[in-house]
Amino acid sequence: MTDTPAIELREVCRDFRRPRTSLREAPPVVRALRDVSLTVGRGERFGVVGESGSGKSTLLRLVCGLDRPTSGEVLVEGRSIGDQPARRLGWLRTRLQLVFQDPMSSLDPRMRVRDIIAEPLVAQGIHGDHQARVRELLDRVGLDPGAAGRYPHQFSGGQRQRISVARALAPDPDILVMDEPVSALDVSVRAQVLNLVDEIVDGLDLTLVFVSHDLSVVRHVCDRVAVMQDGQVVETGETERLFTEPGHDYTRSLVAAIPDLHAALAGRSAQDLARGAGRPS
Amino acid sequence: MSEVQGAPAGGVADTGRAPAGGSAGRRLNASLVLGGAIVAAVVVLALLSYVWTPYAPMRVLPVEPYQTPNAEHWLGTDRLRRDVLTQILVGARTTLFVGVVAVGVAAVVGVPLGILAAMSPGWLGQLVMRGNDVLLAFPALLLAIMFAALYGGSTRVAMIAIGIATIPAFARITRSGALGVMRTEYVVAARAAGRSPLGIAVRHVLPNVAGLVIVQASVSFAIAILAEAALAYLGLGTPTGQASWGRMLYEAQTTLRSAPHLALIPGAAIALSVLGFNLFGDGLRDWLDPRLEGR
Repeated sequence: MTDTPAIELREVCRDFRRPRTSLREAPPVVRALRDVSLTVGRGERFGVVGESGSGKSTLLRLVCGLDRPTSGEVLVEGRSIGDQPARRLGWLRTRLQLVFQDPMSSLDPRMRVRDIIAEPLVAQGIHGDHQARVRELLDRVGLDPGAAGRYPHQFSGGQRQRISVARALAPDPDILVMDEPVSALDVSVRAQVLNLVDEIVDGLDLTLVFVSHDLSVVRHVCDRVAVMQDGQVVETGETERLFTEPGHDYTRSLVAAIPDLHAALAGRSAQDLARGAGRPS
Repeated sequence: MSEVQGAPAGGVADTGRAPAGGSAGRRLNASLVLGGAIVAAVVVLALLSYVWTPYAPMRVLPVEPYQTPNAEHWLGTDRLRRDVLTQILVGARTTLFVGVVAVGVAAVVGVPLGILAAMSPGWLGQLVMRGNDVLLAFPALLLAIMFAALYGGSTRVAMIAIGIATIPAFARITRSGALGVMRTEYVVAARAAGRSPLGIAVRHVLPNVAGLVIVQASVSFAIAILAEAALAYLGLGTPTGQASWGRMLYEAQTTLRSAPHLALIPGAAIALSVLGFNLFGDGLRDWLDPRLEGR
Protein backbone atom coordinates (compact mmCIF):
# COMPACT_ATOMS: atom_id res chain seq x y z
CA MET A 1 0.00 0.00 0.00
CA THR A 2 2.89 2.34 0.62
CA ASP A 3 3.40 2.59 -3.10
CA THR A 4 -0.06 4.02 -3.73
CA PRO A 5 0.31 7.72 -4.41
CA ALA A 6 -1.61 10.07 -2.16
CA ILE A 7 -3.28 11.77 -5.09
CA GLU A 8 -3.35 10.78 -8.70
CA LEU A 9 -5.02 12.50 -11.64
CA ARG A 10 -5.32 10.61 -14.90
CA GLU A 11 -6.04 12.67 -17.99
CA VAL A 12 -8.54 14.80 -16.18
CA CYS A 13 -10.65 17.28 -18.14
CA ARG A 14 -13.20 19.65 -16.73
CA ASP A 15 -15.38 21.73 -19.01
CA PHE A 16 -17.80 24.37 -17.88
CA ARG A 17 -20.73 25.27 -20.04
CA ARG A 18 -21.39 28.97 -20.38
CA PRO A 19 -24.89 30.34 -20.90
CA ARG A 20 -26.05 30.20 -24.50
CA THR A 21 -25.27 33.23 -26.57
CA SER A 22 -27.29 32.13 -29.59
CA LEU A 23 -30.26 29.89 -30.23
CA ARG A 24 -28.62 27.98 -33.02
CA GLU A 25 -25.10 27.54 -31.82
CA ALA A 26 -24.17 25.23 -29.00
CA PRO A 27 -23.40 27.02 -25.73
CA PRO A 28 -19.74 28.01 -25.49
CA VAL A 29 -17.60 25.76 -23.36
CA VAL A 30 -14.77 26.84 -21.11
CA ARG A 31 -12.14 24.17 -20.81
CA ALA A 32 -10.89 24.73 -17.29
CA LEU A 33 -8.71 21.63 -17.25
CA ARG A 34 -7.32 19.82 -20.25
CA ASP A 35 -5.82 16.36 -19.91
CA VAL A 36 -4.17 16.97 -16.61
CA SER A 37 -2.18 14.06 -15.24
CA LEU A 38 -0.41 14.41 -11.93
CA THR A 39 0.89 12.21 -9.19
CA VAL A 40 1.48 13.38 -5.65
CA GLY A 41 3.41 10.86 -3.57
CA ARG A 42 2.78 10.23 0.09
CA GLY A 43 4.48 12.65 2.39
CA GLU A 44 5.29 14.93 -0.50
CA ARG A 45 4.89 18.69 -0.40
CA PHE A 46 3.42 19.48 -3.72
CA GLY A 47 2.90 22.97 -5.06
CA VAL A 48 0.58 24.07 -7.84
CA VAL A 49 1.29 27.49 -9.31
CA GLY A 50 -0.27 29.51 -12.05
CA GLU A 51 -2.02 32.79 -12.54
CA SER A 52 -5.72 33.23 -11.92
CA GLY A 53 -7.75 31.42 -14.53
CA SER A 54 -5.10 28.77 -15.03
CA GLY A 55 -7.31 26.04 -13.57
CA LYS A 56 -5.66 25.75 -10.14
CA SER A 57 -8.90 26.18 -8.25
CA THR A 58 -10.77 23.74 -10.47
CA LEU A 59 -8.03 21.21 -9.93
CA LEU A 60 -8.31 21.71 -6.23
CA ARG A 61 -12.07 21.31 -6.16
CA LEU A 62 -11.76 18.05 -8.06
CA VAL A 63 -9.16 16.72 -5.66
CA CYS A 64 -11.40 17.57 -2.72
CA GLY A 65 -14.42 15.89 -4.23
CA LEU A 66 -16.32 19.15 -4.45
CA ASP A 67 -16.67 18.87 -8.20
CA ARG A 68 -16.51 16.10 -10.78
CA PRO A 69 -14.31 15.80 -13.82
CA THR A 70 -15.90 15.83 -17.27
CA SER A 71 -13.59 12.99 -18.16
CA GLY A 72 -10.61 11.28 -16.60
CA GLU A 73 -10.08 9.90 -13.16
CA VAL A 74 -9.20 11.41 -9.80
CA LEU A 75 -7.81 9.00 -7.23
CA VAL A 76 -7.05 9.74 -3.61
CA GLU A 77 -5.06 7.02 -1.88
CA GLY A 78 -5.87 4.74 -4.76
CA ARG A 79 -9.64 5.22 -4.56
CA SER A 80 -11.54 6.96 -7.29
CA ILE A 81 -13.57 9.98 -6.19
CA GLY A 82 -14.70 11.42 -9.49
CA ASP A 83 -17.73 9.21 -9.97
CA GLN A 84 -18.95 8.98 -6.39
CA PRO A 85 -22.00 10.81 -5.03
CA ALA A 86 -21.23 13.21 -2.19
CA ARG A 87 -22.66 10.97 0.50
CA ARG A 88 -20.25 8.18 -0.42
CA LEU A 89 -17.22 10.37 0.11
CA GLY A 90 -17.21 10.22 3.91
CA TRP A 91 -13.87 8.45 3.92
CA LEU A 92 -12.36 11.24 1.84
CA ARG A 93 -13.46 13.88 4.35
CA THR A 94 -11.40 12.28 7.09
CA ARG A 95 -8.33 11.67 4.91
CA LEU A 96 -8.16 14.94 3.08
CA GLN A 97 -8.83 18.39 4.46
CA LEU A 98 -8.82 21.85 3.07
CA VAL A 99 -7.64 25.32 4.07
CA PHE A 100 -9.08 28.25 2.17
CA GLN A 101 -7.74 31.48 0.87
CA ASP A 102 -9.91 34.08 2.50
CA PRO A 103 -9.73 33.93 6.29
CA MET A 104 -12.69 36.30 6.43
CA SER A 105 -15.19 34.24 4.49
CA SER A 106 -13.98 30.72 5.31
CA LEU A 107 -15.14 30.86 8.92
CA ASP A 108 -18.84 31.14 9.71
CA PRO A 109 -19.25 34.49 11.52
CA ARG A 110 -22.06 33.07 13.63
CA MET A 111 -20.20 30.08 15.00
CA ARG A 112 -17.86 30.05 17.94
CA VAL A 113 -14.32 28.94 17.24
CA ARG A 114 -14.83 25.67 19.12
CA ASP A 115 -17.78 24.75 16.90
CA ILE A 116 -15.88 25.74 13.79
CA ILE A 117 -12.94 23.54 14.67
CA ALA A 118 -15.12 20.63 15.76
CA GLU A 119 -17.27 20.83 12.62
CA PRO A 120 -15.51 18.08 10.64
CA LEU A 121 -15.78 15.81 13.71
CA VAL A 122 -19.48 16.52 14.14
CA ALA A 123 -20.22 16.26 10.43
CA GLN A 124 -18.43 12.92 10.22
CA GLY A 125 -20.09 11.63 13.36
CA ILE A 126 -16.72 11.04 14.99
CA HIS A 127 -17.26 10.40 18.68
CA GLY A 128 -15.01 11.36 21.53
CA ASP A 129 -14.21 14.40 23.59
CA HIS A 130 -14.48 17.19 21.03
CA GLN A 131 -13.65 19.91 23.56
CA ALA A 132 -10.37 18.26 24.46
CA ARG A 133 -9.56 17.81 20.79
CA VAL A 134 -10.31 21.50 20.15
CA ARG A 135 -7.97 22.56 22.99
CA GLU A 136 -5.25 20.32 21.65
CA LEU A 137 -5.66 21.72 18.13
CA LEU A 138 -5.67 25.33 19.32
CA ASP A 139 -2.44 24.65 21.13
CA ARG A 140 -1.00 22.99 18.04
CA VAL A 141 -1.69 26.04 15.85
CA GLY A 142 -0.42 28.43 18.51
CA LEU A 143 -3.65 29.99 19.74
CA ASP A 144 -4.54 30.21 23.40
CA PRO A 145 -7.32 27.97 24.72
CA GLY A 146 -9.52 30.96 25.52
CA ALA A 147 -9.99 31.41 21.77
CA ALA A 148 -12.48 28.52 21.72
CA GLY A 149 -15.34 30.59 23.10
CA ARG A 150 -14.95 33.54 20.76
CA TYR A 151 -16.23 34.42 17.31
CA PRO A 152 -14.08 34.66 14.16
CA HIS A 153 -14.43 38.43 13.83
CA GLN A 154 -12.49 38.87 17.06
CA PHE A 155 -9.33 37.58 15.42
CA SER A 156 -6.83 39.00 12.98
CA GLY A 157 -6.34 37.53 9.52
CA GLY A 158 -3.38 35.43 10.60
CA GLN A 159 -5.20 34.12 13.63
CA ARG A 160 -8.21 33.23 11.55
CA GLN A 161 -6.01 31.29 9.19
CA ARG A 162 -4.68 29.38 12.19
CA ILE A 163 -8.26 28.53 13.13
CA SER A 164 -8.79 27.32 9.57
CA VAL A 165 -5.73 25.09 9.87
CA ALA A 166 -6.97 23.75 13.21
CA ARG A 167 -10.32 22.87 11.64
CA ALA A 168 -8.58 21.07 8.79
CA LEU A 169 -6.50 19.05 11.25
CA ALA A 170 -9.48 18.06 13.40
CA PRO A 171 -10.31 14.72 11.75
CA ASP A 172 -6.60 13.83 11.70
CA PRO A 173 -6.23 13.83 7.89
CA ASP A 174 -3.32 12.39 5.90
CA ILE A 175 -3.52 15.01 3.19
CA LEU A 176 -3.77 18.75 3.66
CA VAL A 177 -4.84 20.86 0.71
CA MET A 178 -4.26 24.58 0.95
CA ASP A 179 -5.76 27.08 -1.48
CA GLU A 180 -3.66 30.23 -1.42
CA PRO A 181 -3.61 30.15 2.38
CA VAL A 182 -1.43 33.20 2.80
CA SER A 183 -2.21 35.44 -0.14
CA ALA A 184 -4.78 37.43 1.84
CA LEU A 185 -2.35 38.03 4.69
CA ASP A 186 0.14 40.71 5.61
CA VAL A 187 3.71 39.89 4.75
CA SER A 188 4.77 39.74 8.40
CA VAL A 189 1.94 37.38 9.32
CA ARG A 190 2.51 35.36 6.18
CA ALA A 191 5.87 34.08 7.36
CA GLN A 192 4.41 33.03 10.70
CA VAL A 193 1.60 31.07 9.05
CA LEU A 194 4.01 29.46 6.58
CA ASN A 195 6.26 28.39 9.44
CA LEU A 196 3.25 26.91 11.17
CA VAL A 197 2.35 24.96 8.02
CA ASP A 198 5.93 23.75 7.82
CA GLU A 199 5.91 22.61 11.39
CA ILE A 200 2.55 20.86 11.14
CA VAL A 201 3.26 19.06 7.90
CA ASP A 202 6.54 17.80 9.36
CA GLY A 203 5.13 17.03 12.79
CA LEU A 204 2.11 15.10 11.57
CA ASP A 205 3.78 13.58 8.54
CA LEU A 206 1.18 14.94 6.14
CA THR A 207 1.01 15.10 2.40
CA LEU A 208 0.65 18.73 1.41
CA VAL A 209 -0.91 20.16 -1.73
CA PHE A 210 -0.30 23.87 -1.79
CA VAL A 211 -1.91 26.03 -4.42
CA SER A 212 -0.59 29.52 -4.95
CA HIS A 213 0.09 32.16 -7.54
CA ASP A 214 3.09 33.27 -5.55
CA LEU A 215 6.24 31.37 -6.43
CA SER A 216 8.28 32.69 -3.55
CA VAL A 217 5.76 31.24 -1.11
CA VAL A 218 5.74 27.91 -2.92
CA ARG A 219 9.51 27.86 -2.89
CA HIS A 220 9.42 28.23 0.87
CA VAL A 221 7.04 25.33 1.41
CA CYS A 222 7.15 22.79 -1.43
CA ASP A 223 9.48 20.06 -2.66
CA ARG A 224 7.89 19.66 -6.04
CA VAL A 225 5.86 22.03 -8.15
CA ALA A 226 3.45 21.81 -11.07
CA VAL A 227 3.10 24.92 -13.18
CA MET A 228 -0.29 25.47 -14.76
CA GLN A 229 -1.33 27.64 -17.65
CA ASP A 230 -4.67 27.68 -19.46
CA GLY A 231 -5.87 24.48 -17.83
CA GLN A 232 -2.77 22.51 -18.63
CA VAL A 233 0.24 21.49 -16.60
CA VAL A 234 3.12 22.95 -18.55
CA GLU A 235 5.91 21.82 -16.32
CA THR A 236 6.46 19.68 -13.23
CA GLY A 237 9.67 19.38 -11.31
CA GLU A 238 11.68 19.76 -8.13
CA THR A 239 11.19 23.24 -6.75
CA GLU A 240 14.85 24.20 -6.79
CA ARG A 241 15.40 22.97 -10.31
CA LEU A 242 12.36 24.90 -11.47
CA PHE A 243 13.79 28.05 -10.00
CA THR A 244 17.32 27.64 -11.21
CA GLU A 245 16.63 26.22 -14.65
CA PRO A 246 12.98 26.66 -15.63
CA GLY A 247 12.22 24.59 -18.71
CA HIS A 248 9.09 26.25 -20.03
CA ASP A 249 8.75 29.86 -21.15
CA TYR A 250 5.83 30.40 -18.86
CA THR A 251 7.71 29.09 -15.83
CA ARG A 252 10.57 31.39 -16.72
CA SER A 253 8.27 34.40 -16.78
CA LEU A 254 6.80 33.41 -13.43
CA VAL A 255 10.22 33.04 -11.88
CA ALA A 256 11.25 36.36 -13.29
CA ALA A 257 8.16 37.97 -11.83
CA ILE A 258 9.25 37.27 -8.27
CA PRO A 259 10.00 40.66 -6.79
CA ASP A 260 13.71 41.00 -6.34
CA LEU A 261 15.31 43.55 -4.07
CA HIS A 262 18.19 44.25 -6.39
CA ALA A 263 15.92 44.65 -9.36
CA ALA A 264 13.64 46.93 -7.38
CA LEU A 265 16.60 49.07 -6.36
CA ALA A 266 17.74 49.23 -9.94
CA GLY A 267 14.33 50.68 -10.79
CA ARG A 268 13.08 47.80 -12.84
CA SER A 269 9.59 46.56 -12.12
CA ALA A 270 8.53 42.95 -12.01
CA GLN A 271 6.45 43.54 -15.11
CA ASP A 272 9.50 44.61 -17.08
CA LEU A 273 11.31 41.46 -16.08
CA ALA A 274 8.36 39.25 -16.85
CA ARG A 275 7.98 40.83 -20.25
CA GLY A 276 11.65 40.34 -20.96
CA ALA A 277 11.69 36.75 -19.84
CA GLY A 278 8.38 35.85 -21.42
CA ARG A 279 9.60 36.76 -24.90
CA PRO A 280 10.40 33.65 -26.92
CA SER A 281 14.15 33.38 -27.24
CA MET B 1 -6.06 43.59 2.38
CA SER B 2 -7.94 45.95 4.63
CA GLU B 3 -8.73 43.15 7.04
CA VAL B 4 -5.15 42.43 7.80
CA GLN B 5 -4.25 45.90 8.88
CA GLY B 6 -5.71 45.15 12.28
CA ALA B 7 -3.18 42.37 12.72
CA PRO B 8 -0.29 42.87 15.10
CA ALA B 9 2.69 44.58 13.53
CA GLY B 10 5.63 42.48 12.39
CA GLY B 11 7.44 40.57 15.08
CA VAL B 12 4.59 40.50 17.56
CA ALA B 13 3.55 36.92 18.15
CA ASP B 14 0.14 36.35 16.69
CA THR B 15 -1.66 34.25 19.29
CA GLY B 16 -5.35 34.34 20.08
CA ARG B 17 -5.63 37.56 22.01
CA ALA B 18 -8.68 39.46 20.91
CA PRO B 19 -8.23 43.01 19.67
CA ALA B 20 -8.99 45.57 22.34
CA GLY B 21 -12.68 46.11 22.89
CA GLY B 22 -13.57 42.92 21.06
CA SER B 23 -15.41 41.40 24.00
CA ALA B 24 -16.72 44.60 25.52
CA GLY B 25 -20.27 43.29 25.20
CA ARG B 26 -23.10 44.39 22.99
CA ARG B 27 -24.28 47.90 23.28
CA LEU B 28 -28.00 48.48 23.35
CA ASN B 29 -29.17 50.86 20.68
CA ALA B 30 -31.94 53.42 20.86
CA SER B 31 -34.25 51.61 18.41
CA LEU B 32 -34.03 48.43 20.40
CA VAL B 33 -34.73 50.13 23.71
CA LEU B 34 -37.61 52.27 22.44
CA GLY B 35 -39.11 49.52 20.27
CA GLY B 36 -38.63 46.98 23.04
CA ALA B 37 -40.39 49.27 25.49
CA ILE B 38 -43.39 49.71 23.21
CA VAL B 39 -43.59 45.99 22.43
CA ALA B 40 -43.26 45.20 26.13
CA ALA B 41 -46.02 47.68 26.92
CA VAL B 42 -48.37 46.02 24.44
CA VAL B 43 -47.53 42.60 25.90
CA VAL B 44 -48.06 43.88 29.44
CA LEU B 45 -51.44 45.38 28.48
CA ALA B 46 -52.51 42.11 26.91
CA LEU B 47 -51.42 40.10 29.95
CA LEU B 48 -52.99 42.60 32.31
CA SER B 49 -56.33 42.10 30.58
CA TYR B 50 -56.38 38.49 31.79
CA VAL B 51 -56.22 39.46 35.46
CA TRP B 52 -57.66 42.94 35.59
CA THR B 53 -59.82 45.18 33.46
CA PRO B 54 -61.70 48.23 34.75
CA TYR B 55 -65.02 46.62 33.79
CA ALA B 56 -65.98 43.20 32.54
CA PRO B 57 -64.86 42.88 28.87
CA MET B 58 -67.56 43.74 26.33
CA ARG B 59 -70.11 44.40 29.04
CA VAL B 60 -72.76 46.99 28.22
CA LEU B 61 -72.85 49.33 31.21
CA PRO B 62 -75.75 51.35 32.61
CA VAL B 63 -74.02 54.62 31.76
CA GLU B 64 -74.12 57.41 29.17
CA PRO B 65 -72.71 56.44 25.77
CA TYR B 66 -70.07 58.56 23.94
CA GLN B 67 -68.38 59.74 27.13
CA THR B 68 -65.04 61.44 26.65
CA PRO B 69 -62.20 60.36 28.97
CA ASN B 70 -63.09 61.03 32.61
CA ALA B 71 -62.37 59.68 36.11
CA GLU B 72 -64.93 56.88 35.89
CA HIS B 73 -63.99 55.78 32.38
CA TRP B 74 -60.35 56.71 31.71
CA LEU B 75 -60.76 56.49 27.97
CA GLY B 76 -64.50 57.14 27.79
CA THR B 77 -67.33 54.89 26.62
CA ASP B 78 -68.55 53.98 23.14
CA ARG B 79 -71.89 53.92 21.35
CA LEU B 80 -72.91 50.68 23.04
CA ARG B 81 -72.00 52.07 26.49
CA ARG B 82 -68.90 49.89 26.80
CA ASP B 83 -65.71 50.99 28.54
CA VAL B 84 -63.05 51.91 25.96
CA LEU B 85 -60.01 51.18 28.16
CA THR B 86 -61.29 47.67 28.79
CA GLN B 87 -61.65 47.14 25.07
CA ILE B 88 -58.17 48.47 24.39
CA LEU B 89 -56.69 46.07 26.95
CA VAL B 90 -58.56 43.05 25.63
CA GLY B 91 -57.91 44.18 22.05
CA ALA B 92 -54.16 44.04 22.68
CA ARG B 93 -54.54 40.27 23.09
CA THR B 94 -56.16 39.95 19.68
CA THR B 95 -53.50 42.14 18.13
CA LEU B 96 -50.59 40.12 19.53
CA PHE B 97 -52.27 36.82 18.84
CA VAL B 98 -52.92 37.73 15.21
CA GLY B 99 -49.36 39.01 14.78
CA VAL B 100 -47.75 35.94 16.31
CA VAL B 101 -49.83 33.43 14.38
CA ALA B 102 -49.64 35.26 11.05
CA VAL B 103 -45.87 35.77 11.28
CA GLY B 104 -45.47 32.23 12.60
CA VAL B 105 -47.32 30.72 9.64
CA ALA B 106 -45.39 32.89 7.18
CA ALA B 107 -41.97 32.20 8.70
CA VAL B 108 -42.43 28.48 9.25
CA VAL B 109 -43.43 28.00 5.61
CA GLY B 110 -41.50 30.84 3.96
CA VAL B 111 -38.04 30.40 5.50
CA PRO B 112 -37.58 26.71 4.60
CA LEU B 113 -38.93 27.44 1.11
CA GLY B 114 -36.44 30.26 0.68
CA ILE B 115 -33.54 28.11 1.83
CA LEU B 116 -34.69 25.26 -0.41
CA ALA B 117 -34.89 27.62 -3.38
CA ALA B 118 -31.39 28.94 -2.71
CA MET B 119 -29.83 25.52 -2.21
CA SER B 120 -31.35 23.75 -5.20
CA PRO B 121 -30.19 25.65 -8.26
CA GLY B 122 -32.15 23.56 -10.78
CA TRP B 123 -35.82 23.36 -11.65
CA LEU B 124 -36.89 22.84 -8.04
CA GLY B 125 -35.59 26.23 -6.94
CA GLN B 126 -37.20 27.85 -9.97
CA LEU B 127 -40.51 26.14 -9.24
CA VAL B 128 -40.50 27.34 -5.65
CA MET B 129 -39.73 30.92 -6.61
CA ARG B 130 -42.25 31.06 -9.44
CA GLY B 131 -44.93 29.68 -7.14
CA ASN B 132 -43.87 32.37 -4.76
CA ASP B 133 -44.28 35.03 -7.43
CA VAL B 134 -47.84 33.89 -8.08
CA LEU B 135 -48.68 34.28 -4.41
CA LEU B 136 -46.88 37.60 -4.29
CA ALA B 137 -48.88 38.90 -7.23
CA PHE B 138 -52.06 38.16 -5.33
CA PRO B 139 -53.13 41.13 -3.19
CA ALA B 140 -52.97 40.15 0.47
CA LEU B 141 -56.21 41.81 1.41
CA LEU B 142 -58.02 40.17 -1.49
CA LEU B 143 -56.75 36.79 -0.36
CA ALA B 144 -58.00 37.49 3.14
CA ILE B 145 -61.39 38.58 1.82
CA MET B 146 -61.57 35.42 -0.27
CA PHE B 147 -60.78 33.33 2.78
CA ALA B 148 -63.38 35.18 4.79
CA ALA B 149 -65.95 34.50 2.08
CA LEU B 150 -65.06 30.82 2.02
CA TYR B 151 -64.65 30.11 5.71
CA GLY B 152 -66.56 32.95 7.33
CA GLY B 153 -65.11 36.01 9.01
CA SER B 154 -63.25 35.24 12.19
CA THR B 155 -59.99 36.17 13.85
CA ARG B 156 -58.56 32.74 13.09
CA VAL B 157 -59.35 32.85 9.39
CA ALA B 158 -58.02 36.41 9.20
CA MET B 159 -54.67 35.58 10.75
CA ILE B 160 -54.11 32.46 8.68
CA ALA B 161 -54.98 34.40 5.52
CA ILE B 162 -52.57 37.17 6.52
CA GLY B 163 -49.93 34.54 7.28
CA ILE B 164 -50.31 32.88 3.88
CA ALA B 165 -50.16 36.24 2.13
CA THR B 166 -46.92 37.01 3.99
CA ILE B 167 -45.14 33.77 2.97
CA PRO B 168 -43.59 35.26 -0.19
CA ALA B 169 -41.95 38.08 1.77
CA PHE B 170 -40.19 35.54 3.99
CA ALA B 171 -39.32 33.20 1.15
CA ARG B 172 -37.78 36.01 -0.89
CA ILE B 173 -35.72 37.58 1.83
CA THR B 174 -34.53 34.18 3.04
CA ARG B 175 -33.58 33.11 -0.46
CA SER B 176 -31.59 36.22 -1.19
CA GLY B 177 -29.76 35.93 2.11
CA ALA B 178 -29.19 32.21 1.65
CA LEU B 179 -27.80 32.72 -1.86
CA GLY B 180 -25.17 35.00 -0.37
CA VAL B 181 -24.35 32.46 2.32
CA MET B 182 -24.08 29.61 -0.21
CA ARG B 183 -21.37 31.53 -2.05
CA THR B 184 -19.13 31.85 0.99
CA GLU B 185 -16.10 29.69 1.59
CA TYR B 186 -17.39 28.51 4.93
CA VAL B 187 -20.15 26.64 3.15
CA VAL B 188 -17.58 25.05 0.85
CA ALA B 189 -15.56 24.26 3.98
CA ALA B 190 -18.60 22.63 5.54
CA ARG B 191 -19.12 20.54 2.41
CA ALA B 192 -15.47 19.56 2.48
CA ALA B 193 -15.92 18.65 6.13
CA GLY B 194 -18.68 16.31 5.03
CA ARG B 195 -21.77 18.19 6.19
CA SER B 196 -24.97 17.10 4.50
CA PRO B 197 -27.07 19.73 2.69
CA LEU B 198 -29.53 19.63 5.57
CA GLY B 199 -26.69 20.15 8.05
CA ILE B 200 -25.45 23.12 6.04
CA ALA B 201 -28.96 24.57 5.92
CA VAL B 202 -29.45 24.27 9.65
CA ARG B 203 -25.98 25.06 10.94
CA HIS B 204 -24.79 27.68 8.49
CA VAL B 205 -27.53 29.11 6.31
CA LEU B 206 -30.24 29.50 8.93
CA PRO B 207 -28.12 31.29 11.58
CA ASN B 208 -26.71 33.60 8.94
CA VAL B 209 -30.08 34.61 7.52
CA ALA B 210 -31.67 34.82 10.98
CA GLY B 211 -31.00 38.55 11.19
CA LEU B 212 -32.84 39.17 7.94
CA VAL B 213 -35.70 36.94 9.00
CA ILE B 214 -36.05 38.70 12.35
CA VAL B 215 -36.25 42.08 10.70
CA GLN B 216 -38.76 40.72 8.23
CA ALA B 217 -40.73 39.21 11.10
CA SER B 218 -41.01 42.51 12.91
CA VAL B 219 -42.02 44.37 9.76
CA SER B 220 -44.52 41.63 8.92
CA PHE B 221 -45.80 41.71 12.48
CA ALA B 222 -46.56 45.38 12.04
CA ILE B 223 -48.20 44.71 8.67
CA ALA B 224 -50.24 41.86 10.17
CA ILE B 225 -51.55 44.17 12.89
CA LEU B 226 -52.59 46.65 10.22
CA ALA B 227 -54.11 43.93 8.06
CA GLU B 228 -56.13 42.55 10.95
CA ALA B 229 -57.36 46.05 11.72
CA ALA B 230 -58.25 46.53 8.06
CA LEU B 231 -60.15 43.25 7.92
CA ALA B 232 -61.98 43.98 11.14
CA TYR B 233 -62.75 47.43 9.75
CA LEU B 234 -64.24 45.81 6.66
CA GLY B 235 -66.25 43.60 8.97
CA LEU B 236 -64.40 40.47 7.83
CA GLY B 237 -62.04 39.80 10.69
CA THR B 238 -62.90 39.74 14.33
CA PRO B 239 -66.72 39.59 14.59
CA THR B 240 -68.92 41.87 16.66
CA GLY B 241 -68.86 41.11 20.34
CA GLN B 242 -65.08 40.47 20.40
CA ALA B 243 -62.54 43.12 21.18
CA SER B 244 -60.17 44.19 18.45
CA TRP B 245 -58.58 47.53 17.73
CA GLY B 246 -59.61 47.29 14.11
CA ARG B 247 -63.16 46.42 15.16
CA MET B 248 -63.22 49.51 17.40
CA LEU B 249 -62.14 51.69 14.48
CA TYR B 250 -64.86 50.14 12.35
CA GLU B 251 -67.50 50.85 14.94
CA ALA B 252 -66.26 54.41 15.46
CA GLN B 253 -66.53 55.45 11.82
CA THR B 254 -70.14 56.57 12.02
CA THR B 255 -69.39 58.91 14.92
CA LEU B 256 -66.07 60.22 13.65
CA ARG B 257 -67.32 63.82 13.93
CA SER B 258 -69.26 63.67 17.15
CA ALA B 259 -66.96 61.39 19.14
CA PRO B 260 -63.56 61.41 17.44
CA HIS B 261 -61.80 59.92 20.49
CA LEU B 262 -63.46 56.57 19.76
CA ALA B 263 -61.48 56.38 16.52
CA LEU B 264 -58.37 58.18 17.71
CA ILE B 265 -57.68 55.93 20.68
CA PRO B 266 -57.60 52.56 18.88
CA GLY B 267 -55.95 54.31 15.91
CA ALA B 268 -53.16 55.54 18.14
CA ALA B 269 -52.82 52.10 19.72
CA ILE B 270 -52.41 50.52 16.27
CA ALA B 271 -49.97 53.15 15.04
CA LEU B 272 -47.87 52.99 18.19
CA SER B 273 -47.60 49.20 18.23
CA VAL B 274 -46.74 49.12 14.52
CA LEU B 275 -43.99 51.67 15.17
CA GLY B 276 -42.85 49.68 18.19
CA PHE B 277 -42.48 46.43 16.26
CA ASN B 278 -40.64 48.13 13.42
CA LEU B 279 -38.17 49.79 15.77
CA PHE B 280 -37.77 46.61 17.75
CA GLY B 281 -36.93 44.54 14.68
CA ASP B 282 -34.43 47.10 13.49
CA GLY B 283 -32.72 47.27 16.84
CA LEU B 284 -32.76 43.52 17.25
CA ARG B 285 -30.97 42.99 13.96
CA ASP B 286 -28.10 45.22 15.00
CA TRP B 287 -27.96 43.76 18.44
CA LEU B 288 -27.94 40.13 17.25
CA ASP B 289 -25.11 40.63 14.81
CA PRO B 290 -21.91 39.46 16.50
CA ARG B 291 -19.89 41.47 14.01
CA LEU B 292 -21.25 44.69 15.44
CA GLU B 293 -20.37 43.60 18.94
CA GLY B 294 -18.62 46.20 21.05
CA ARG B 295 -19.21 49.03 18.64
